[in-house]
Order: sequence, then C-alpha cells, then structure tokens
Amino acid sequence: MLLAPVVWVLTVVIVYFFAAKTWWFPPPISQHGLAYDAQFMRTLIVVGIIFFLAQFALGYVIVRFRNDGRRAEYSHGNNRLETLWTSATALLFIGLVIMGTKIWAAVHFDEAPPDAIPIEVMAKQFAWSFRYPGPDGKFGRADLHLVNDSAGNPMGLDDKDPASADDIVSASLKVPVGKPINLIMHSRDVIHNFFVPELRMKQDIVPGMEIPLHFQADKIGIYEVPCSELCGLGHFQMRTTMQVMSAADFEQWKRQQAQK
Amino acid sequence: MSSPSAHTAQHAPHGFIRKYIFSLDHKVIGLQYYFLGLFSVFLGMSLSLLMRYHMVNPNVAVSWFGKLWPTAAAGGVMTPELYLSLMTMHGTIMVFFVLTTVPQSGFGNYFLPIQIGAEDMAFPVLNMMSFWTTFLALIVMVAAFFVQGGAPLSGWTAYPPLSGAGRITGPGEGMGQNLWLVSIAIFCGASLMGAINFIATTVDLRCQGMRLMRMPLTCWTWLVTAILGLLGFAVLLAAGVLLLLDRVAGTSFFLPAGLMINDQILVSHKGGSPLLWQHLFWFFGHPEVYIAILPGMGITSQLLATFSRKPIFGYKAMVYAILSIGFLGFLVWGHHMFMSGMNPYSAMAFSVLTMAIGVPSAIKTFNWIGTLWGGKIHFDTAMLFALGFVSLFVTGGVSGIFLGQPALDLYFHDTYFVVGHFHMIMGVAAIFGMFAATFYWFPKMFGRMMNETLGKIHFYLTFIGVYAIFTPMHYLGIAGNPRRYSAFTDVEYLGKLIPVHQFMSWAAYVTATAQIIFLVNLFWSMRKGKPAPINPWHATSLEWTVPSPPPHDNFAGVHPVVHHGPYEYSVPGAVADFIMQTDPASVRSEG
Repeated sequence: MLLAPVVWVLTVVIVYFFAAKTWWFPPPISQHGLAYDAQFMRTLIVVGIIFFLAQFALGYVIVRFRNDGRRAEYSHGNNRLETLWTSATALLFIGLVIMGTKIWAAVHFDEAPPDAIPIEVMAKQFAWSFRYPGPDGKFGRADLHLVNDSAGNPMGLDDKDPASADDIVSASLKVPVGKPINLIMHSRDVIHNFFVPELRMKQDIVPGMEIPLHFQADKIGIYEVPCSELCGLGHFQMRTTMQVMSAADFEQWKRQQAQK
Repeated sequence: MSSPSAHTAQHAPHGFIRKYIFSLDHKVIGLQYYFLGLFSVFLGMSLSLLMRYHMVNPNVAVSWFGKLWPTAAAGGVMTPELYLSLMTMHGTIMVFFVLTTVPQSGFGNYFLPIQIGAEDMAFPVLNMMSFWTTFLALIVMVAAFFVQGGAPLSGWTAYPPLSGAGRITGPGEGMGQNLWLVSIAIFCGASLMGAINFIATTVDLRCQGMRLMRMPLTCWTWLVTAILGLLGFAVLLAAGVLLLLDRVAGTSFFLPAGLMINDQILVSHKGGSPLLWQHLFWFFGHPEVYIAILPGMGITSQLLATFSRKPIFGYKAMVYAILSIGFLGFLVWGHHMFMSGMNPYSAMAFSVLTMAIGVPSAIKTFNWIGTLWGGKIHFDTAMLFALGFVSLFVTGGVSGIFLGQPALDLYFHDTYFVVGHFHMIMGVAAIFGMFAATFYWFPKMFGRMMNETLGKIHFYLTFIGVYAIFTPMHYLGIAGNPRRYSAFTDVEYLGKLIPVHQFMSWAAYVTATAQIIFLVNLFWSMRKGKPAPINPWHATSLEWTVPSPPPHDNFAGVHPVVHHGPYEYSVPGAVADFIMQTDPASVRSEG
C-alpha cells in the first residue's frame, strides 16, 4: 500500500525535473540542432505520457486492488485488449522512428555540399589535431613516420611536398559561421569520438577508417569538444574546443597561421 | 516427455565433499551459483562505491587506498587508470557473474527441474562442471587485479585497439587484459554447458501432464534464456579467443595497419577491423541484456499472479512475448553501434527492429497491470520487489525509446543517459527480480521464512535509493555528460554538473549500506527464521508440493502428474482460492 504513494511521488519528481529543464541541453547552434530538439521533444512528450500513465496505473491498482477480503476476479485475459495495445504500441514506436529518419538522413545519407570546407581531424591519445589546406587548397603528403608531436608535427606532414608545407595544423577546431564544413576524421591509435553538444552531433573515429562528418554552425562562439569514446586513462582530459568565427576572422586566423 | 525415472540420482550422497562441494544435485549447484553471485554482487557494488567516491573527489587522498594499491593509488590518490580498471571490473563482474549467473544458473538450476517435475537436471555431471568452470572464471577474473599493471581499463566492452594492442595503450592492458579475456572465454564455456543442460532438461524431463503450455512462465524464461546463452556465448567465445590471439600471437583480426600508439608505430599488424569486434561483441552483448532480464520477468509474472490471487493475464501472449523478445534480441545488436562508423543505412534497419522489440516488452507490462487488475493483492516483501520490478522496468524501458532512434543517439550515445538506461533496466530491475525470487523461494530453499519487517525496510530503502542513484543520470545525459570519465575537472561545462554527481554518490553510499539489512536478514533467517510450511504463499506450482527443503530427488520417488495450468487462482466454485497443478483433474479449472 505504502508503495503506491512512493511510486507516485517518485514519478512526479522525475517528471518535474524533465519539465523544469533544470539540467538541460546547451542551446543548439545549427538547423540540425533545432530539428534534433524538436524530435527530442516529440519523443519526450510521448514517453512522458507513457511513463506517467504506467507508473500512475501501477500505483492505482496497488491501492484499488489491495487485499480487503474480496475474492479476486477469475480471468485469463482478454484477447481484444491484447491486440489493441500491441498494435497501438507498435504504431507509436515505429512512428517515432520514422519521424526521426529525416534528421539521421541529413547527417549521414546526404553528402557534404560541394562547397563545404574540408578539415582533416586526427585524434590520438589524448589530443586532437585539425588540418586545413593552405592557400593551394590541397592537403599535401603526410606520413606516419614523420609524426613528431614534440616538434609540432602531430600529423606527420611532409615538408618536402609543397602542398603539405603550406597546410595549417591546429590543436583546436576553428570554423567560419554559416558555412558547410566537412570533417575528414582519422584516429592513429584507438577509437575516439568527436562530440559537440551544441551541434547535437557525435561520431566515433576509428583507426584504419576514414570517417566524414558534415555540419554547419550558425552561431559565433567557442564550444567544447569532449572525447566521447573510452580511449584510455586520459579520456576525461581529452578535450578541445570548436570556435565558430565570422568569415573575416576565420580568414585572418588562417593567414596568421600560414605565416608561422 | 520421457519418464523421470529414466535417469537416476536416487540415493543422496554421503560425505561433505560429495554433498556440498562437488555435488551433482541441482539444488546444491543452484545454491552454489547463488552464493557465488552474492559474493560477486557485493564485490561489484564495492567497486562502484569506490568509483562514485573518486568521481566527486578525484584529488582527495585516502590513506587506505594507498595501502590497497601502492602504485595505482600512490599516496592515497586514485589514478585515472585505477578508476577505469574499477569501472571495467565493476561492469564485467556485474554482467557476467551476477546478472547472468544468479537469475538463470542460480534460481533456474534450483527450481526448473522441480517446477517441471523432474528429479534433477538432464546432465548432473555437466551441471557440476559448469558451476566449477564458472568458479574458475571468477578466480581468473579477480586475479587480474593482482598482476602487474592491474586490471584492464578498456571497459566491459573491451573495444580494440584499446584492448588489443597490449601494454602500450595503458596500464592494465598487459597481463590484466589477457586474464580478463581468458576468464571470459572460460565463462563462455561454462555458460554453454549450462545452456545445453537447461534446454535438454526442459525438452526431455517434463513430468506427465506438464505440457509446454502448462509450464510456469519462469520455466519459459529459463528456456529462452538458455537458447540465447547457447547462441550468444558461442559467438563471444570465438571473439574473445580471436582478440586474445591478436594480443599474444600477432594475428590481426581487429587491429588495422598504420597504428601509432604512444609514439610507437605498430608494424606487426595489418588488415584487421575494430568494427568486427563490435559486431561480434554486441551480437552476444544485446541478447545478454535479455539473458539478464528475462528470468526476472518470469519471476515477476509468477509473483504477481500468486500474490494477487489471479491467473496471469494473457498467459499465451506472455509466452509469445518471451519468444519474440528472444528472437528479436538477436537482430538489434547494431543499435549499440549507431555512432561506430558502420554503414548508416543499416542503422535504420536496426532501429526499426529495436522499436519492434519494445512491443513485446510493452505487452508484458500491460499484462502485468492486467494481472493485478481485479486482484486481491498481498504485500509480502517478495511481492513488493516484484511490483518494484514493474516500476523499474517501465522507467528503464521508456528511455530506450530515445536511444533506439539513431537520430537521437547522435547526442545521447556514450552519455550518462545510456548509463542510467541500462542500469535501470538491466541492472536494478534484474536485481529486483533476484530479490523477489530470494524472498519468494527462501522458504523452499532453507525451510525457514525470511523476516518481513527487515525485508520491507530493505525494500523501501533500496527502491527509493536506486531511483535516487540512477534517475539523475538521465538529466546528466541531457546536459551532455560523457560516460567513462574518471573526473569532471577538465571539461568546463561538466563543472556545474558536479553537484548532481555528489548527490548520486551519497545516494549510492546510503543504498549500498542498506544492503547490509538484506545480508543480515538472509543469514539470520537461515538459522533462526520461522519454520516454513510446505506452501507458505498458497502457490500452485510443483515446488510447493514437496517438503522445504526438498529431498535429494525432489519428489521422494513419487512421479508427479500435472492436471492444471500454473495460474489457477480464485477459480469460481473451487474450495480454496488456488488449485495446485497436481490436484486431481476433477477439481474444476480451465487450465
């Protein structure tokens, strides 16, 4: 009996914190982020109703059908009800998936737009490197054997290749606002994960694979990028930032980097 | 259905060793599994407390940490690698040695043969071997703590290359990871032996009249769990051996070319695929979730009917739901890999199938409420845990509707949202199933009743406690908190979430302390509990027709004959409000 109020109170407290958004997403900074939040809210409402009704019903039957001397009903079930709730749940669940399909498709089925700015990402225990093509617009030759972190060459660029010599390598990600970006991601040791909460996007980076990820950030600011796949003892420290800059600032940053 | 006398284990063995150590009696073996699981659950829980302490106090020195781990916690401050090895071992011990072991091998071993009217399991020697093999696996697993470098830090999922490239990926990735893999392989062997035994027993040893559709739902869940185990552990065994070969024999199943780890180029590997491991692992790993939870569903169904004095609502629908969960369970492993870099089109298929598996789970919940509806509910502790199971199953289940959508997983993957989800459903819901089963069957196993007052105090503290620990994880996930972080000091936005972690840590300390009440109740009741009658709950299945505890061959040479279904409660016109499965056919029932 006491269980019923306990279940109800727990349910109300849980629902309250979802409704009050006490701990919540950071504001989205992309069209994808807005679509994501809409799908999340749709799901939250459906799930919230199911959750609330189920817990409430559990508490209700506990109170209503406690042992008060009656004889219990003798029933083996009801096939019509069974069919009804089976098809209702099936429709609801599959419906939600289908509604979310567009969001997934935009991220993963669509190719990056042709004018997207390519940036190479290299993850390693426990740091990030981002590489931009120089003024020639080309990524030059790189070789694992030339990698030298302490000499500032984490991506193993080959200086002898002129296409490499002008490439820019940065420990944090800089992108221009409102422009499509295409990340080409590699890991050189274990699996890492690129995650920007404000973009509502994450992607594992798997050694031996080249994994693309495209997006467009529409709001200037600095956003954190915490590694989101267990990569070893420094996993919790493997953090960088993504700075979204105005087009002018971005161009200026590139020029400064090129001179170094 | 063969006659039970076809296989003989009539005479109780003499001598302590044959009776209690290398016993062939399924009941003794069931208890051995239970106590192995009890040891493991307290070990696993202790590790989680250390983790929860470290997460909120990453730089605080505790002198006995330093004594326990002179290198990994030199000066008393736990290193991040120690945190990760505690995490790996917590997950591994809980999943394999608690969730897989107790509901199936423990309670299943003890009660499956009795509930279907058999004298023992089909292969008693195999049964003994599977327990002792599991025991060996546990020893090898725990040994990983004591080797140089300590226990592995790659998590219970052991993704290569982190787990495959050896020492250079981190401490614990040397001998510790090797022992982990050896232990898992041994465990797989044990589980395979157990699974074969369960299947053969259910198929062959049912007594006269025990048609499949007259089996208690517990037996259905044990049968389907065994089938899942047979197919799942076989794959994990192969995967584990391949990963071990990558580590010690220079093969490259999971390691690609061009790896440069810790400034060393690994020239010896080429051509392997890290994703292959994930596919193999989750082909086992997802069914494993159902291995952990299905028996809990069976026990819950059994208890809801018994304590509300009503037939189970939709027995057939329940059986079909169990079967379809078992079948679909093998088609959804890819939902663990939406972010892995696998083909994004396959994510759509996996996600539709994942939502489909939610349907039978929902059916079960509806049927549980339907069973309670119109009942006459008795709130014994066993029943409270069963009701708690339903509540936790709903809470843990609905968060899956977010995670099963690849679109939403784009954010939630590897956040605390996932940690909250699987702890609720696979962790605590399953553990509530075990508590329910313990309180329900204790009288049969030990001939005494457990203390109800202690039981209820323990129930309420635990029920509120687990909600306090695991619900906030969902909020943390929404706020973007990644999992498997040993501290929240290096990412700025995590700083403001630390108070939530502190709350969860305190909730964990209190809830863990409350488990002492359970231990006291368990061991005190074994010796001092009120003597139990044969059928204290007025239940209908066969184990309640035999003395508590049952004799060596369960039925003392009598072959039970079954005339009724397992849930004939409150049958109109019947004298008592329950009809035993073995009552004469002339007693009215529709079973």
